[in-house]
Amino acid sequence: MSTPIIEVENLVKRYGAVEALRGVSFRVQEGEVFGLLGPNGAGKTSTVEILEGLRVPDSGRVRISGLDPQRSGDAFKQIIGAVLQSTALPEKLRVSEALALFSSFYSRRRDPAELLRRFGLEEKRNAFYGHLSGGQKQRLALALALVNEPRVVFLDEPTAGLDPQVRREIYDIIEELRQGKKTVLLTTHYIEEAERLCDRVAIIDYGQVIALGSPRELKERSAGRTRIEVRLARPETDGALRQLDGVVDCRVLEGSYVLHSTRVPQTIVALVKHLEAQGNELASLEISTPSLEDVFLELTGRRLRD
Amino acid sequence: MKYTWTLTKARMLLALRNRAFIFFSLVMPLSFLFVFLGIFARWLAPGGVSFLLGAVLALTVMGSFWGLSIQLVMFREQGILRRFRLAPVGAGAMLASSIISNYILTLPTVVVEFAIARWVFHLDRWGNLWGVWALVTLGTVTFAAFGLIVASVTNTTQETQVINNLIWSVFLFLSGATFPLAILPKSLQRLADYLPPTYLVTGLQRVLVSAATLWQVRAELLALAAGSVVAFLISMQLFRWEPEEKVTRRAKVWAAATLIPFLLLGVWESAHGQLRSDSIRIYDAVQRRAMPAPPPR
Repeated sequence: MSTPIIEVENLVKRYGAVEALRGVSFRVQEGEVFGLLGPNGAGKTSTVEILEGLRVPDSGRVRISGLDPQRSGDAFKQIIGAVLQSTALPEKLRVSEALALFSSFYSRRRDPAELLRRFGLEEKRNAFYGHLSGGQKQRLALALALVNEPRVVFLDEPTAGLDPQVRREIYDIIEELRQGKKTVLLTTHYIEEAERLCDRVAIIDYGQVIALGSPRELKERSAGRTRIEVRLARPETDGALRQLDGVVDCRVLEGSYVLHSTRVPQTIVALVKHLEAQGNELASLEISTPSLEDVFLELTGRRLRD
Repeated sequence: MKYTWTLTKARMLLALRNRAFIFFSLVMPLSFLFVFLGIFARWLAPGGVSFLLGAVLALTVMGSFWGLSIQLVMFREQGILRRFRLAPVGAGAMLASSIISNYILTLPTVVVEFAIARWVFHLDRWGNLWGVWALVTLGTVTFAAFGLIVASVTNTTQETQVINNLIWSVFLFLSGATFPLAILPKSLQRLADYLPPTYLVTGLQRVLVSAATLWQVRAELLALAAGSVVAFLISMQLFRWEPEEKVTRRAKVWAAATLIPFLLLGVWESAHGQLRSDSIRIYDAVQRRAMPAPPPR
């Protein structure tokens, strides 16, 4: 394996009494699309903003292409591009002016006209930033992140709050970045996004990486298992469901029961019999293969989103 | 500092599209011009228009700190600064572009004011125009940097407005810009020695009314030069990119340190200097001999 382009070792960050990061470590290889997946408040943004040089960690070490974001100054800024989560541009700046302005800061430049075309902003080139829709603002933010042909691109929740169509457009752009062998680090709390876009994913919770691997590797933790989610007319003790034939795991989640079974038919027969004996009824039953959501559930006992 | 000029151009475009900027840099100074020259000039002797023009130019220059402070705080609050922070743009370039764009946009207003004074209010002399230019330049830098400092020690635009109002009232009423020092009580005249705008107002009035040479207004030029350097360095020191970064006590102490050159100058002026007497002398020079007070009909 060659030297990783992103090296993160044991990052710790506190905000007053809150420990936002409690020893985050991971490495990303050049050309990888790497995802940080976790619920809101898990420490994703803190991690990315430390990597971008916007925040200073209390301890730990970061190297991006061998450079320290805190010490390497402009040399570091020249090679990164980023979409921030909470940011804006001046309301009265036109789209084309924003691209021209930001590209003037860099020694390597991508043609702004080509970026306008690629991001479907040609019609809006003379529009003020303040008059753009949410999706257009995000596309402009992505275009600005790429004006310097960066080696590493950071995307902090690039699709949060966008409608499905814009989200798909952004997926296409990330796919293109992968094909262009760019290194991308993105944060998300959408399972689909992580599964679909990322070569590897670090699942992060309460400021720690709790699992790391390709989406497939992560899901193999639950290999051979099937997920059965049931809702019942009356609550059950989960202890009883765990005893059913074929069940290896059972968790209660917001009123429904998530069973992991290695032998689905037997489990379902046993379940129905059990419910009959208890005089309980089945309200709904859903069978699926486990997703990253289940990996998260298994690791933390909570759902990813909420 | 490499990108200062591209940033400056963008800042100028934004300023011209900003209503608040147009108000503070054009509407307000021109209103002062018409009120001062239209109403008060007739009470004064020849040279009176120049005397009042000096005050108006000083107000125009001082207005820099209003627009800039509010704009910078808004940029920070909205997360605009942090986007620039990701790019290879330093605090120095950001602040310098604020001041330079402001300066370039102030000059046309100054020219318009001269033109109106000449062709509407019959300005009878040009004074020492080099002196005007030097004072306007140093004054703009000083007061713009004050604005940037205010922006760095306040968190919200409301807070900035409150502080600006306070500073503005002191600058407006105690420096000779509105009420000539000569008619203020002795104690307030003493206070004026310590205020940055006093140097600007007095200097401008002297170069305009009696065509004072650069050497004759050296005290004023020196005060503003020292003020601009110190204020700019402190504004660099205090600059904050992030909205959630707190204003530290150390920052407030630094902000207060901006006044040190003016305190020292004030002490010296009070003991040996002529700032106050110059201000009073220039006022006397434009008084009508026969009838000092009430206006003729």
